[in-house]
Amino acid sequence: MSLDAVLILVTYACALVFVVSVITRFVKIARLPVHVRWELYPVAHEKGRAGYGGSRLEELDWWTRPIRKSLLGEMKVMIPEILFLAGVRHKNPSQWLRSFPFHFGLYLFIGTILLLLGGGLAGALGADFGASAGFFTGLIATLTPVFGFAGLGLGLIGSIALLMRRLGNVEYREYTSPADFFNLLFFVAAFGVALIAQAAGDADFARMRGFFAGLLTGGPHQAALGVTPLMAAAIILLTLLIAYIPLTHMSHFFTKYFMYHDIRWNDEPLIVGGRLEAKMMGVLGLKPTWAAPHIGADGTRTWVDVATTNPTDAPAVGKDAAE
Amino acid sequence: MSYKRVRVEDISKPARDLSPTPTGELKPLPSPFDKQDELPKRKELSEAAREKFECDLDGTVVLSHPKPESPEEERVLVEKFLSGLEKLFQAENNWTFLQPLLLSMDHCARCHTCSEACHIYEASGENPIYRPSYRSEVLRRLYKKYVKKGGGLLSDFRNGRIVLNWKTVIRLAELAYRCNLCRRCAQTCPIGVDNGLIAHEIRKLFSMEMSIMPKELHEQGSMQQMKVGSSTGMSALVVKDNIEFIDEDMTDLTGMEVKTPWDVEGADILLIHNAGEILAWPENPGAFGVIFEAAGLSWTLSSEIAGYDSINYGLFYDDAQFARVAIHHASAAKKLGVKKIVLGECGHAHKALTVIADRVLVGDLAVHRESALTTLEDIVMNNRIQCDPSRNDFPVTLHDPCNMVRNMGIVEPQRRVLRKICPQFREMTPHGVDNYCCGGGSGFAIMNGHNFSDWRYHISGRKKFEQILNAFRDELDPSIPKYVCAPCSNCKGQLRDLLDYYGVWEKNRILYGGLVELIVNCMEGVKPGFIEWEWH
Ligand code: SF4
Ligand code: SF4
Repeated sequence: MSLDAVLILVTYACALVFVVSVITRFVKIARLPVHVRWELYPVAHEKGRAGYGGSRLEELDWWTRPIRKSLLGEMKVMIPEILFLAGVRHKNPSQWLRSFPFHFGLYLFIGTILLLLGGGLAGALGADFGASAGFFTGLIATLTPVFGFAGLGLGLIGSIALLMRRLGNVEYREYTSPADFFNLLFFVAAFGVALIAQAAGDADFARMRGFFAGLLTGGPHQAALGVTPLMAAAIILLTLLIAYIPLTHMSHFFTKYFMYHDIRWNDEPLIVGGRLEAKMMGVLGLKPTWAAPHIGADGTRTWVDVATTNPTDAPAVGKDAAE
Repeated sequence: MSYKRVRVEDISKPARDLSPTPTGELKPLPSPFDKQDELPKRKELSEAAREKFECDLDGTVVLSHPKPESPEEERVLVEKFLSGLEKLFQAENNWTFLQPLLLSMDHCARCHTCSEACHIYEASGENPIYRPSYRSEVLRRLYKKYVKKGGGLLSDFRNGRIVLNWKTVIRLAELAYRCNLCRRCAQTCPIGVDNGLIAHEIRKLFSMEMSIMPKELHEQGSMQQMKVGSSTGMSALVVKDNIEFIDEDMTDLTGMEVKTPWDVEGADILLIHNAGEILAWPENPGAFGVIFEAAGLSWTLSSEIAGYDSINYGLFYDDAQFARVAIHHASAAKKLGVKKIVLGECGHAHKALTVIADRVLVGDLAVHRESALTTLEDIVMNNRIQCDPSRNDFPVTLHDPCNMVRNMGIVEPQRRVLRKICPQFREMTPHGVDNYCCGGGSGFAIMNGHNFSDWRYHISGRKKFEQILNAFRDELDPSIPKYVCAPCSNCKGQLRDLLDYYGVWEKNRILYGGLVELIVNCMEGVKPGFIEWEWH
């Protein structure tokens, strides 16, 4: 098997691990039972009130008023938060100096992959990226190295800075597990090798685009210029890293969606006869097994039974009752 | 900073105190309280208490858990804890908070952004065990080692070291009571991890599996409430008597005939006070009566079990107790057939019944619930009563109860009222959803065992004290009476104790009280001088 073929296989395998683990985790979280309301203000979609953290509970007879939600309000919070880590910048500027380049580097790296996919597809379809490139292919050819070097460079600087802080600052070191150090080293290695590989043998990313063309056509493409051994190492490291991320706490890149939409900003009130009430009836039928006598749970009584029992006039139920 | 380093895994180590807070480390207070040696001295934990109870955390104690007397007792303690830990992550036992808890367990980046947000961590001069993420990290490591698959050595590599022994167990239980559950830290977490929630869940594990909880919240709190009707111990008969006295006082004080209606079927509003008000600050429920009568509202109190006491301490430590009390509240309203419950000035009662119970009150228990601040705003701003702001012409600042503001988004109604009726109203810094807890949140205001009240005055209440002094920075002279409006019973309890401890009335003439007192104080047609400054 050629080196190109091995790389293609590894890339597909890692992409598969990435997609499957993200989907599995997403489904697992989405299928967790409905929880009680636990919002935290400001709630970004509160139209006209998010600016100061207000809610519809401020209104007289609030249940008679229409719900006024603003998607724009959510965007106004989410976009600076995702792109520029606005919260950390404001609350923890010294960490932001390290974290921002790391995250922004990752975004640019994702941008590079998208450009390479676009370029690879165009290349596979026979487009020219050389002297006679069209507007779009020309744009891709120009942007790919800009995004690529900026992304890898910022990612490398950020991951080194984060690693240094975790090693050098005792407050951070005490909260850093060996795996956290490993993760950061993994980023340093993958970004570092990729940066050197591209600078040394593929400064215009043409070989890498050829590799992506090969990826999309399922085998080494004729237009491919071939990857250098250093590039091969970079591809293996980066694809393994991509597969690894969703298996760690770094999966916050998508679980943050739940943190915000399902918890912090979830202010959906219960409406009698509504969808939420039906879900609640399901969980209220679950049977707890908590052992403290005042709960009166024995695995056969439901939450409804437990919640409608006054512990001061009912005998304790379960194993503690016998004690 | 001269704290010795305390690592997460040190929680299991045998040491007299894991990390006490030396007085010299406390964050200095503003003038005139900036000289530490002129401030009251902190009480030490007695040796007798240390002998009897497990107190090796920080030199104070809430739970008074007896020391295990044999290795067997130690083993049982650890086993029960493990069993509770598992249940905390099971849908049938903890559907109420499972998703938020799991996400908070799995995604902390250990960036320490939340540390700066915590008033307890800051006031203590950064005691490492008060870092919001410290107790979370202990629970996280235990969860990953003992509940999630792949424990053992691999877990230490992936998540960091932790040893589970009875010291870990009891220290973790105590540590859950060094957090006001104010969620200020959660607000700053870039990922959405909620260390306040984690403290809440630890408290639940200990209560619901091991019957380890503060007696103030349980025996004297939710249990007493469900037995006699109120956690104050007042039965329906006693509360009616007390309200009758209050009505008489109000009539004398205001010159307005006040008669509180009881158990009126079909009234528009069932008003539920925190019953502590009736005993400790009778002018507050009294002022409600004056305003509601003057505005011509159709309202009533209820004499059902818990129907006259909005307290729901289950919110702080136990889901079953929480749900039971919430159901009692809703049932009282259902029985009278009122249009809505209006919650008096009590922050945790607001959040408990309006937000947290929202999805538990299904079917005909889904009675509408509203904040009294909203009702009052409607009355004042729509001129249902006439006000003369010149009667309130003294410096006033506003304390934001976390449960109403950060946790419910009720921010402006109280401010609109104050801006209208208090010409010298000024904000604290910061305020609104960014405000700091009074230091009495999550039940601390009623906890005074051993030397814990000193911990409240010196540590958890320190930031609020600083904020109050700063709000009145230019008028601290005792010739100027000043008012901290705190529309929450628990917060008032904490402020009463805090201001009294530091002698603030004598030195600076700062009084605290609710919103309704300020409204009645400026009501036209009411005798002037409703606020008696000697109430301090
Ligand atoms: S809880 Fe949030 S802010 Fe605090 S350390 Fe973890 S990720 Fe950072
Ligand atoms: S919830 Fe409040 S008291 Fe508790 S750790 Fe967070 S900021 Fe501190």
